[in-house]
Amino acid sequence: MSAQTRTQSGMQAPSAPRLNDGMLLIAAMLVLWQLASWGFGAAVLPGPVRTFQQLWTQVSDPEFGAHLAETGKAFLSALAISLIGGAIMGVLLGARRLAGDVFEPLLIALYSIPKIALYPIVLLLFGLGVSAKIAFGAMHGIIPMTIFTMTAVRNIRPVYMRSIRTHRLTAWQGAMHVLIPAAMPEVVAGLRIGFSLTLLGTLLGEMFASQRGIGHLLMRAIDRNDAPTIMALAVMLFLFATIVSLGLLQWDRRLRRGA
Amino acid sequence: MIAAALPHEAVGQADLKHAWLRHRVAVLRAAVVALAVLLLEAATRLGWIDQVSFIPPSRMAASAWHILWSGTYKADILLTLYAAGLAVILAVTFGFLFGVLLFKLPRLRRVLDPLLLSYYAVPIFVLYPMLIVLFGLNRWPLVALGFLFAVVAMAVNTLNGLERVPAVLLRTARMLRLGRAQEVRLITLPASLPFVFTGIKLAIVYSFIAVIGGEFVLSGAGFGYQIAYAYNNFDNPTMYGLMLLLLVFVGALNLLLHAMEQRLYQRRVLKELT
Repeated sequence: MSAQTRTQSGMQAPSAPRLNDGMLLIAAMLVLWQLASWGFGAAVLPGPVRTFQQLWTQVSDPEFGAHLAETGKAFLSALAISLIGGAIMGVLLGARRLAGDVFEPLLIALYSIPKIALYPIVLLLFGLGVSAKIAFGAMHGIIPMTIFTMTAVRNIRPVYMRSIRTHRLTAWQGAMHVLIPAAMPEVVAGLRIGFSLTLLGTLLGEMFASQRGIGHLLMRAIDRNDAPTIMALAVMLFLFATIVSLGLLQWDRRLRRGA
Repeated sequence: MIAAALPHEAVGQADLKHAWLRHRVAVLRAAVVALAVLLLEAATRLGWIDQVSFIPPSRMAASAWHILWSGTYKADILLTLYAAGLAVILAVTFGFLFGVLLFKLPRLRRVLDPLLLSYYAVPIFVLYPMLIVLFGLNRWPLVALGFLFAVVAMAVNTLNGLERVPAVLLRTARMLRLGRAQEVRLITLPASLPFVFTGIKLAIVYSFIAVIGGEFVLSGAGFGYQIAYAYNNFDNPTMYGLMLLLLVFVGALNLLLHAMEQRLYQRRVLKELT
């Protein structure tokens, strides 16, 4: 993903056509959705209008706020743990070349296992409840954050290190004024991946053995065979994840342009 | 005697040192893994971690061996492999075609760009319930989930590979007056192969994650389902044995793919240098 981001950032389209393209994409997706809904039948795949009505019903349900707060709390805690833990581990592994070489393939292997199958361990260690969800979300998010931070620290140009020494900066000053700004674009790219994986982990945690949260609402809708609710919740998560991801992408691009 | 033995010994030492420098990363990595396993073993045997919730790695290995030997879960393992394999084949085929299409039609690509960039931000598992509603509760929702999870990675990497075919190679093709088919066979495909292979690797990894995840959350058979089933029945030895098998399998697959990928990229770098 990051490689693609980089090739993208070189191409600066004027903003007006990009907006039109965005509109075109949204319109095309809505039309396809409606056509598919007619094709499969509205009972199986509810169309856009029915889905947004159902979303409105869901959101105005007084119970919904509590579920959203539960998911939000678990997700934000997991994200904070991934961010801070991943940044610390990434800086340590990036600064020590040998340690980085030793741990990098292990991290990539951990990244590629289906972590969902390990969820029972988390449940057994943390018990049913919000702490298991937080731990599971953090398990998903911390590895990409570590890998990206590590790469960022490793790729800092030697001239920056020399200039820290020339200016006789303390370790703290060097980190604040040189190392962190230099590593920032990669870290933001890692944050994009970490964000989505943490969200995935939290939701998966709620879909399996949980009594509260958005994931639980999804599972309940499956049990009741309630297609409009499934679709409404899926669309809500889609919109949330896409908007945050595009926002982070904009931030990433601005950082790279500045660098 | 001494004079004859000394240089020999020195050479031996130098060899040893050389070997250590060359393989020290791999040796240290193995040591880290071994240490982690030993620590877990000690922690569980000495009761630092509750034995009910976490069994010692040696017992996990024994259970995994037993599961493999007795063949109780053979049908489930095969089901999972079939579903993931089918998803990989579909995702690689359609992802490749989709990538070529995006490369040929820049207008389409510009419109779809935001979607491609934010595709993996969306937890695709939220679609799984919809797929069950569409296909029914059988193996097809799992195949579809694996396909959806993998296809975009394949497409994006194919596109990336086609974009990175060096311009000088394409100019050479024109200079040699290669035909369309020859250019594709001799220039475009070999030059973009490493990136396409990255796409295939990701498609395999993502398909397995999606299929096992789907089985775990909601299904009636398969490897992921059996882990969830063992958990629900407090059958911890079976659960940990199955998990260990899964970890070893996915880890080995990943190492193999990673090694193949590194070789492809290295060949490419060497070609660019010479």
